[in-house]
Amino acid sequence: MTNLLMQIAGPAGWLRSVLPQSISDSVVYDVIWPLIQIAVALFIVMTLVAYLTLAERKISAWIQSRMGPMRVGPWGLLQPAADGLKLLIKEDIIPLLADKAVFTIAPIVSMVAAITVLVIIPYGAGWAPITDVNIALLFILAFSSVGTLGIILGGWASNSKYPLLGALRSSAQMISYEVAMGLALIGPLMWSKTLSMVGIVNAQNGDHIWYVFYQPLGFLIYFVCALAETNRAPFDLPEAESELTGGFHTEYSGFRFSLYFIAEYAAMFTVSAIAVTVFLGGWDFGGLIGHFLANTHQNVYTVISIIVFFGKVLLLLWAFMWFRWTFPRYRYDQLMDVGWKWLIPASLANIVLTGVWFVIGISIPDGKPFLKNYGTYIAAPGFPAKAYVIGSAFLVTITLTAILLSSINKHSRDFNLRTQRQLQLQKRAERLAEAGNM
Amino acid sequence: MSITEKDILKIAEARTRIEPMFDTQEMTLNMGPQHPSTHGVLRVVLKLDGETVIDLDCDIGYLHRGVEKIAENRTYPMIAPYHDRTDYIAAVSNGLCWVETVEKVMGLEVPKRAQYIRIILTELNRITSHLLWLGTHCIDLGAFTIFLYAFREREEILKIFENYFGARLTTHAFRIGGFWWDTYPGFEEQVKFFCDYFPEKIKEYEIILNENRIWLQRTVGIGLISPEDAVDIGLTGPPLRGSGVNYDIRKAMPYEAYEEMDFIVPLGKAGDTYDRFLVRMEEMKQSRNIVLQALDKLKETEGQPVIAKVPKVIKPPIGEVYHSIEGPKGELGIFLVSDGTNKPSRMRIRPPSFINLQALRQMCIGHLVADVVAIIGTLDIVLGEIDR
Repeated sequence: MTNLLMQIAGPAGWLRSVLPQSISDSVVYDVIWPLIQIAVALFIVMTLVAYLTLAERKISAWIQSRMGPMRVGPWGLLQPAADGLKLLIKEDIIPLLADKAVFTIAPIVSMVAAITVLVIIPYGAGWAPITDVNIALLFILAFSSVGTLGIILGGWASNSKYPLLGALRSSAQMISYEVAMGLALIGPLMWSKTLSMVGIVNAQNGDHIWYVFYQPLGFLIYFVCALAETNRAPFDLPEAESELTGGFHTEYSGFRFSLYFIAEYAAMFTVSAIAVTVFLGGWDFGGLIGHFLANTHQNVYTVISIIVFFGKVLLLLWAFMWFRWTFPRYRYDQLMDVGWKWLIPASLANIVLTGVWFVIGISIPDGKPFLKNYGTYIAAPGFPAKAYVIGSAFLVTITLTAILLSSINKHSRDFNLRTQRQLQLQKRAERLAEAGNM
Repeated sequence: MSITEKDILKIAEARTRIEPMFDTQEMTLNMGPQHPSTHGVLRVVLKLDGETVIDLDCDIGYLHRGVEKIAENRTYPMIAPYHDRTDYIAAVSNGLCWVETVEKVMGLEVPKRAQYIRIILTELNRITSHLLWLGTHCIDLGAFTIFLYAFREREEILKIFENYFGARLTTHAFRIGGFWWDTYPGFEEQVKFFCDYFPEKIKEYEIILNENRIWLQRTVGIGLISPEDAVDIGLTGPPLRGSGVNYDIRKAMPYEAYEEMDFIVPLGKAGDTYDRFLVRMEEMKQSRNIVLQALDKLKETEGQPVIAKVPKVIKPPIGEVYHSIEGPKGELGIFLVSDGTNKPSRMRIRPPSFINLQALRQMCIGHLVADVVAIIGTLDIVLGEIDR
């Protein structure tokens, strides 16, 4: 193991050559280097999160024909620091009737859950990932649920009505969207045949394709669920400002509030990172340059891959913000409708249909089982195989799922609002006619 | 030890006596007076079963200033600013209602030119009021961006107000008998500029909202009120017309020069929040049309006086009068008792928001908490007017 790591050039190897030989190899490679990686990742992601708050304000300002923060620092660039300082020196209020212990712990739970996941995310090729766990995806899903638990605890412990409603909404939302989110990720896993984050990216590299093309429906479902999972508009019900004043964090102030705030943005980063890893090829930037660099300049390739990874994540985060400032908010029951009547059936259909295409592809009887080698990294699938998979995913899967969903929701109130409106008018006309007869 | 038949009976008996482990009870939720979307200091006491509203009670009076009583101790011109501030969103309309009531009791005939300017200003004020309604309604439903778009357009009108009366929100526009000043140079161009620029902005809102699935889901079928109930409760303005009742005082009992204006009264069909939304959007377009027509008439009356012959001390003859105009929020009326002195003996305001708020309970029961916010928004209430 150590010998294997020794062969990898880059910062770890450099660290070995710099540190005295009295420190054993395993300490260097398994303790010091990961700790440095964690510190750097934490620093980068936390700075990113801080600047996401500024980005949110700037993007909302551009959408709303304003300028956004401009006073603190040039172009408002020091605004996150000012906000953080302000929140730090605010009074930390714990309501008299609150459950003090839980009230104190709840934001920490959210925060810890959001930060822990950062360890698993593959930031780039080569030496960039901190660790590679073989159940990484399950680990991330589990921890994102723990983050929601922090919200529920906070709402409950506040012993106040608005936070309580926020917490209840949050728990319902967690249950309904977690399911669809997990199911949406199964589709790409069928192609990658691994749960390890690095493995998933490598599988996409090996196949020379991003799974968003194989799983367009899965990606859509995942993205919608990610919005809901991180309490972003149009699913920001737990903190719906206009209904529940502040939702679960109504009673929180000062630094505890900022912990929730940071946790929300860190969770946004995490779900975007998963989307990038699973659907958008992770750090992969494809093309001949990528392969040339990967073979010759390993470290340059790694650095570029890290930048590419963060670039893709930022692109998704931009979409998160764009959605927030465009859409109105769903109502609680409609949120449940979307979760249970649309997303979960759609993700189930996606799994079944993906499996069907897979089996059919393997057993096509013309003597060329072109999908046989899938997930084995032996050879990238050829053009006909890709065309078959992409075509079936885009045309047939989406069409069939749409048919299924519309048949499920045929009688749902929200499915066809126009028909609903017509019925309403018809009923009223009948009632008026009756009144006229009497 | 074996289980005897007696034990089984005991268990069965215990099962029939099983009570729920926890008590269930309705939750009483105090919405307001400090709440982001009760549009001021309205306090709504909600009784909730889960998130469903089973009962609702409004508590008002947090903004009571006693305008009606104060009016008894002020001379007629002095009352006008007080009355302007009852509905601070539509101060120009409020001012119009007051001066017209006094003119009615005095039997004053306002010059034509003044009437046109009044129409232009009140219709512009209707647009500002509806824009503010649109913005806050959208915020209530979570669409924050429209709010700032609406304020951007509102700003153009406020500039006109600022140039004319020196104030943007708390305007004091009219004098009894007409105006003190004619329009300022460039007034017509500025109004024309706004009218040219406004339709495309309305289009922008319609693109964002009219066919938006979430918007439709949040508004269609929410806060239904039948025309009969609407008439019974005494709703006026867009909430009444949203239910399909054709009653607009500008058409029914025209005041000023509204007879000469050509406009249609938009009507809803189903009487839900979406209909009221459409009605108000159409009303803004119609207001713009009226402004353009009045602007043409204004050019014809160039150089004519803008104020009637008004005595220095206003002492209306003894009498009672009720006069109402179509304010942005509904029928805005004043009942005035004059005892022949320079102060009214009694002034009573009929605020549209106050009457429209009566419908809240009926509209909300059975809906969810989120809908209560939407319905308060669609009623377009202003607490300054409700509490007076």
